[in-house]
Amino acid sequence: MNFATILQEFFSVLIGIIFALTGIKALKDEGAQKKVTTVAFWFILAFTFICGYWLPRWITGLAIVLMAVLTGIKGVVQSASDVPDHAEVRANADKFGYKIFIPAFIIALGSVVLTTLGASVPALSWLTSNNSICIGGLLGLLVVLLMTKAPVKYSVIDGTRLMDNVGVTGILPQLLSALGALFTAAGVGDVIAKGVSAIIPEGSKLIACIVYCVAMALFTIIMGNGFAAFSVITVGIGIPFLISQGCNPIVVGALGLTAGYCGTLCTPMAANFNIMPAALLEVKNKYTIIKSQVPVAIVMLIIHIILMYIFA
Amino acid sequence: MEIIKLIGVVIVIIGFALKFDTIATVVLAGLVTGLVAGMSPMEILNTLGDSFIKQRTATLFVLTLPCIGICERYGLKEKAIDFIRSIKNATTGRVIFLYQAIRTASAAFSLRLGGHPQFVRPIIVPMAEGAASAKYGELTEEETDVIRGASAAAENYGNFYAQNCFMGASGTLLIVSTLVEQGFEVTAAQIAGWSIPIAVISVVVGFIRSIMIDSKINKMAGERSEAE
Repeated sequence: MNFATILQEFFSVLIGIIFALTGIKALKDEGAQKKVTTVAFWFILAFTFICGYWLPRWITGLAIVLMAVLTGIKGVVQSASDVPDHAEVRANADKFGYKIFIPAFIIALGSVVLTTLGASVPALSWLTSNNSICIGGLLGLLVVLLMTKAPVKYSVIDGTRLMDNVGVTGILPQLLSALGALFTAAGVGDVIAKGVSAIIPEGSKLIACIVYCVAMALFTIIMGNGFAAFSVITVGIGIPFLISQGCNPIVVGALGLTAGYCGTLCTPMAANFNIMPAALLEVKNKYTIIKSQVPVAIVMLIIHIILMYIFA
Repeated sequence: MEIIKLIGVVIVIIGFALKFDTIATVVLAGLVTGLVAGMSPMEILNTLGDSFIKQRTATLFVLTLPCIGICERYGLKEKAIDFIRSIKNATTGRVIFLYQAIRTASAAFSLRLGGHPQFVRPIIVPMAEGAASAKYGELTEEETDVIRGASAAAENYGNFYAQNCFMGASGTLLIVSTLVEQGFEVTAAQIAGWSIPIAVISVVVGFIRSIMIDSKINKMAGERSEAE
């Protein structure tokens, strides 16, 4: 185990602790709904982050199935959070002004600076991209605590409040890459690839780019979720027809997901972005937002294809 | 029967379409796919668990939450609102475009501004409609629909096309973990870097779009006053 891995495990434990604290928040909430299942979900998730690495993998597999059952029976809900009161926030805003943006910038810029250092100074090679993000997050926290002189307990109170807001879908990206791994092990990618090879003439990069980007958008339209489309379509189309043919995986991956977002703009399935806001804004036609977005989505999708063709 | 292996994809599509629980749908799709492909339950659990442990990095964004949460308590959103309110003498399209630009920048730095409920409805829509009614008098429902649709859309453009510019964004980490899982060594910094061009282009497209919105409202209001 090298230092980079030790650090990464350390951060995993920290993340696990945040999950556990979110569970404890639910446990302490007197009026909590579905308390037992909610607490169980957060504790099981915390367990996989803290202990999973050291145990046989099937135990984590089993934990995932348990968590899926808990969310499947709609057993995981938000517990009460200490939401800052409006007057307090307004007074803070007037006191600190635009300085309050500094900690957030430190997270983003700090991650970039640290990872660049790690890539260029051999002695700092433990500053991997992933470790840099974590250190950036902690650095931002340190700065905001020093700047506002906020009691340290707020890092728990506000951290778990946001964690609860993000909710169970926070682990979706991680779960989807696990799904991608299962799909690959089961040979799903090969089946899709075989089907698609009928429409992609061998060696035609342009058509491969078009098929991949359009498939990303279409799958996202059907599923309403670009993340899920990404793991299926990238394994089935992006890798065999683009990356394995010598295209740059960075460009294909980065453009692939946002190509999917062009689909998100066009689908009522992405209700929280396109339909619920329509109700919130009290428009006459609930498809008003989608109508406004479709032309932009089409233009953006074409630009994705062109960029991928030129740079991948 | 190779094609039966696609049953997992079908489960995901149906599960999402019928709004079943997302996590349960994804796990079920994985389990069923493994079973029809002839994997033993133990193999399936091992594959699932192994990948989940390796890809814990896709959930690193959690470590940014305490900092962002405290920033919110100390007025992050309020100051963003103050900034937008300080814009004077803008047209409808200009207000919407400025919001998209700010939303793009904030998404790239992973700031959570609150989206439609906390920003678009209380601030952007009144400002955009105010700019139009100052010019054309009272607006019709068709006109406010155009303005509200475009305002909500600006939020989505900024959010979607710029979020991956942040190394710790969950989308960025999903791309990294999916590719690494498939054997391609990419880093979050590389993916975030290659997400910048689309973010910049989306702002340019948004600018053109905002000019079109202004001229559309101008045309609608013109037709209305002719009819009167």
